[in-house]
Amino acid sequence: MTTWQGFDIVLAVLVLPLAVWTIAARQTFVAVVSFVAYGLLLALIWVRLSAPDVALAVAAIGSGLSGVLLLGTAARLRDVEERAEAARPSVAVRATAAVLSVAVAAGIAAALLFLSDPAPTLAPLAAADLSRTGVGNPVTAVLMAYRAMDTLLEKIVLMLALIAVWSLAPDRVWGGRPGPRHRADPHGMLVFLARLLPPVGVVVGIYLLWVSADEPGGAFQGSTILAAMWLLAMLAGVADTPPVGGRRLRVALISGPAIFLLVGLGGLWLGDAFLAYPVAWAKALIVLIEIGMLLTVSLTLGLLVAGPPERSAQQ
Amino acid sequence: MNPLTVCGLWGAAAVGLGLYGMIVSPQPLRRILAFDLLGSGVFLLLGVVARRGAGAGFGGDPVGQALIITGVVVAFAATAVTSALWLRLFQETASPTLPDAARVEPTDD
Repeated sequence: MTTWQGFDIVLAVLVLPLAVWTIAARQTFVAVVSFVAYGLLLALIWVRLSAPDVALAVAAIGSGLSGVLLLGTAARLRDVEERAEAARPSVAVRATAAVLSVAVAAGIAAALLFLSDPAPTLAPLAAADLSRTGVGNPVTAVLMAYRAMDTLLEKIVLMLALIAVWSLAPDRVWGGRPGPRHRADPHGMLVFLARLLPPVGVVVGIYLLWVSADEPGGAFQGSTILAAMWLLAMLAGVADTPPVGGRRLRVALISGPAIFLLVGLGGLWLGDAFLAYPVAWAKALIVLIEIGMLLTVSLTLGLLVAGPPERSAQQ
Repeated sequence: MNPLTVCGLWGAAAVGLGLYGMIVSPQPLRRILAFDLLGSGVFLLLGVVARRGAGAGFGGDPVGQALIITGVVVAFAATAVTSALWLRLFQETASPTLPDAARVEPTDD
């Protein structure tokens, strides 16, 4: 047995109980903590699947940022949890649901065993034109060049999600600040970390973006780390959430997609098609888009976690 | 059994667990959590398919992997919107569960 096989077995044995506990735990708080731990172990599985870029995304966004969001929501619902648990469905409903879920899982597992062989792949095509994109990491090439349209639309989805969250604000606080004003003990651990970590986190976030041209990393992963640093400062009360009606904030929020769209339209004029980069400028244009993306996505992710406005801008 | 098959079975199990949680949880927040678990299973299945497409010196099909990254971000956006929606509904109704759809009478206005 090699070291890797042993590692895989330990990983598989640890992941299953955490996933079950996410569903079975009585308290939502415990369920969310299990989910975060599950997500971090899942990131290790992604490394084993030779997908380090995905591992970074899953650890940062899928586990970390989702965890903060869900814990925050769970904390506000804690008082009514007992009442909600009384509404559990009957044993018959639960048994039927279990049978149905097992059937779906078994169906998917069976389908997996009959996948076509050899597996269809676009890897050779991605490799063929890699040098023309100016980047060496094939995943970044797909995200920023071959399928740049998907990434552009994804940023617009993020923006629509933020508009949806903001539109849930009551009328009297429209344009105000999200969340309560957090206050922590100025000599406590949280404030200490909120002052110590952000300088390091900002460097790591920008590094992940820059290195993604040739090594695992990415604009989304870097943005998530920047958003996490901002959230840490907000939770410790070192920085307040910005009023969502602010003009500078709104300009920053649309700058990322705007740069992306302008470069895309420039492709119509200078290149062959929408989002086609001239070969000599490909790398520079990709980095330009990614810098705009870093600013917009980190602000959007932070504000999505902060939630809809709850108090007026003056409070 | 090779590790890739184990990962695939893992993904299938996570989908099943998530589906079960979405049906039986009375609390909307737990359903959102179950939905995220289901999503992680789907991503894992996509990851297995991408890994099988390894070639041209890459450890997996980069198109599949990029698709998963996009999916993770969109799943987060969906989690954020649904959580905010549920909290707002809770503020309005003060009920810890969703109103029973079968019992809500349609109104004319």
